Amino acid sequence: MEVVDKDKTIPGDALKSQEYFVNMGPQHPSTHGVLRLVLTIDGEIVKRIEPHIGYIHRSIEKMCEKDSYRQIVHLTDRMDYLSCHINNVAVCLAVENALEIEVSDRVKVIRTIIDELTRLASHQLWWGVMGMDLGAITTFLYGFRDREMITDIFEETCGARLTMNYNKPGGLMFDIHPNFQKRTKEFVEHFKKKLPEYDQLLTGNVIFQERTKGIGVMSKEDAIAFGVTGPAGRASGFECDIRKKNPYHVYDKVEFNEVLLTEGDSFARYKARIQEMWESLSIIEQLIDNIPEGPIEEKTNAVIKLPKGEFYQRVETARGDFGVYVISDGKKSPYRLKFRSPGFSNLFILDKIARGSKIADLVAIMSTLDLVMPDIDR
Amino acid sequence: MNSVIKYFSDIAHGVKTLWKGMMVTGYYISHARKEIITQQYPENRDTLQMFNRFRGEVIMPHNEDNEHRCTGCQACEIACPNGTIEIIWDRKPDPETGKKKKSIHTFVYHLQMCTMCALCIPACPTDAIIMGQDFEHAVTDRSKLTKILNKPGSKLMKGVEE
Amino acid sequence: MYDFTDLVRSIHESLVASLSPGMAALVEWIIIGAIFLGFFALLGLVLVYVERKVCAFFQLRLGPMRVGFWGTAQTLADTLKLLLKEPIMNKRADKFLFNFAPFIIIISSLIVLSVTPFAPGLQAFDINIGLFFVIAISSIGVVGILLAGWASNNKYSLIGAMRSGAQIVSYELSVGLALMTMVVLTGSLQLSEIIASQADGWWIFKGHIPAFIAFVLFIVASTAEVNRGPFDLAEAESELTAGFHTEYSGMKFAFFFLAEFVNMFIVAVIAATVFLGGWMPFHIGGLDGFNQIMDFIPPILWFFGKVAFIIFLMMWFKWTFPRLRIDQLLTLEWKYLLPLNLMNIVLMAFVVYMGWYFGN
Repeated sequence: MEVVDKDKTIPGDALKSQEYFVNMGPQHPSTHGVLRLVLTIDGEIVKRIEPHIGYIHRSIEKMCEKDSYRQIVHLTDRMDYLSCHINNVAVCLAVENALEIEVSDRVKVIRTIIDELTRLASHQLWWGVMGMDLGAITTFLYGFRDREMITDIFEETCGARLTMNYNKPGGLMFDIHPNFQKRTKEFVEHFKKKLPEYDQLLTGNVIFQERTKGIGVMSKEDAIAFGVTGPAGRASGFECDIRKKNPYHVYDKVEFNEVLLTEGDSFARYKARIQEMWESLSIIEQLIDNIPEGPIEEKTNAVIKLPKGEFYQRVETARGDFGVYVISDGKKSPYRLKFRSPGFSNLFILDKIARGSKIADLVAIMSTLDLVMPDIDR
Repeated sequence: MNSVIKYFSDIAHGVKTLWKGMMVTGYYISHARKEIITQQYPENRDTLQMFNRFRGEVIMPHNEDNEHRCTGCQACEIACPNGTIEIIWDRKPDPETGKKKKSIHTFVYHLQMCTMCALCIPACPTDAIIMGQDFEHAVTDRSKLTKILNKPGSKLMKGVEE
Repeated sequence: MYDFTDLVRSIHESLVASLSPGMAALVEWIIIGAIFLGFFALLGLVLVYVERKVCAFFQLRLGPMRVGFWGTAQTLADTLKLLLKEPIMNKRADKFLFNFAPFIIIISSLIVLSVTPFAPGLQAFDINIGLFFVIAISSIGVVGILLAGWASNNKYSLIGAMRSGAQIVSYELSVGLALMTMVVLTGSLQLSEIIASQADGWWIFKGHIPAFIAFVLFIVASTAEVNRGPFDLAEAESELTAGFHTEYSGMKFAFFFLAEFVNMFIVAVIAATVFLGGWMPFHIGGLDGFNQIMDFIPPILWFFGKVAFIIFLMMWFKWTFPRLRIDQLLTLEWKYLLPLNLMNIVLMAFVVYMGWYFGN
């Protein structure tokens, strides 16, 4: 028989508020894919967040162990699909460094331009989704309008809009399309006019600022401790731009600023991405007219075999520090391959910074961390 | 007094920023005719032009004599990461020289496994396969996604192997 | 010229002549009821279509284009689809309240619709406390939302319903006070009299500054009261999936949907009536020629034109602004709208006392 606790029969106690669990996801409009958050909620206040991942795990790392180095590249498209070109480049650079191949300047410049275009496309989509998460659905379509121009450029040059697979170890699959420069310049002109509109619509908006300023504050120490990189880390003052720290391509030859902010709140993360878009535009502008002539690929063996050893290559994707760690035993496929995905580290600071905020804030914070689930689960 | 001034200036500032946002959307609705970006997809099928490099599916071009360029070397099958391409080949005696020669029987293309990475295209030494621009692959039965790329009765184009 | 009074009276007299008084009243009720139900359904269809089109044009899209010319029959097709859908109910839901909630919402908005003054003589229920009646009945709708959220037995629904409760209880005040500001000017709560008092100019012009402030406050507060963006916290699809109607499907969901649009219409009607002269054409005192040209346009067009303007304004808000958070929503009401409203009502009383408004 159940023992009745006398304390619980006091009427005042029966009215006491209670914490409860809410399963946010895996199917939820604002978890951007199949993230499941188990929230402990007290009224509107979020007490605890437990991210549960693995709903879109495809064991890409294991698949890499049976693929040749050329084939691995196309799998990285499916991880962080919004910065697919940058992921491709990371694998290619790892293989090229291991084989000690130096690609021509033409390849380097083209890779840099497309990297930056990818970053822009990713940030545009993020901006649209950010607005949508906060309830301004119109921004989604405006973000997509501008992203559409970039995907058109990709489609014309690379042959695909999202999973481009334009790189291979040793160079590019094929040369840029004759229209590439013209279209890119058109896009830069167009987007320079439209970016101030983003500010008018969201950045300056008093509701938006109220919703994001001072929300989800991440200190620099936290960012370093959790390994939060990319715009989310830089908004907390953590200098983590791989393009500056560990330059690859021609990032050491172009002029751009590492966007560093100190506030560390949602608004700072938002601003960091907006400013990064301006930096990307300036990088593209510096390079688009000066694509040097040269071969688009270096000769590689029909079967690429890496020398025995361990190789690591990191690049800066739209979300942060992306690393490829290859252990080779001299065969045609890697012995083990590990991807360090930025989204994984960025996700797990959520519990730290979103505790005590409201449900609506949690959505805003998640949005500013810019999570891409396939990147986290791999 | 300062707080009162701040109270009203906050309101004025808020209204101003909201008005700025409304002007942006207001511009787009008043210029909707010019600015609309969406297309009426199935209706515009006739005028829809895909880019030449667009990767829709793998196709094997045949010339007017029903000849293809595939020698059955299986380089594409090795290059493919997903086992999308499957070449069933046999060794038949050449009708002219009488020597036994490898040739394709069926070139099976599993569209449902294809990731459109296009690694098979540069792998082909004879340029037998290319990427087609057709992107409408919806079918009612999964078995229809397994395609045979060489046409019935087709044979190898002359002079490809040299 | 476009007065419906004679038509209505002749119908009434012919009915009284041919039937007993009780029967005549019954027949009249039935006629009016049928007209309003038909109008209610038509309103829902038209407003949903308009919303989708306006939203599409804001978002650089075309919107529904396939069913009918420019997609005009789309909402009809959607209604058919919703009618044919299976009404799914949560197993643990409170069955009676779950089924009852949509009706409370839809009945409350239907009752408020009855006082709508469409044109001279075309008003079903012209009571002398018209504005009070509107405020009183329209706040019953929140009971439906609370019941829906509670009965669904879903945490998202419950959060949405509780938000909605807090929101509507707060914003009732501002809606009421903004209207009271105008009642100081009109001196009457009866909708027909308020319209009649605007024959020489709409109150928003005659009442100048305080009337304009009251108009803005009313639009903001009433947007919140009908749960539309940027105040759609009860639904908040990016946070609560669909808020209080997460568990509803089929026609019961359509009732909530319909009620939202009809409530928007009602708010637009009240704003048009109190601030913009209802069906009264645009008149400028002294310019008789101009006034006569304006009189040439039928009052019913004036009425629907003004209502459409305010509905467009509310759609413009919804498709531009991000959503507020619940505490900011309450801050906006209690720290900004309410004090401003109180100041405004004092200003208006002073203006009226000194006679500083036009047309006195």
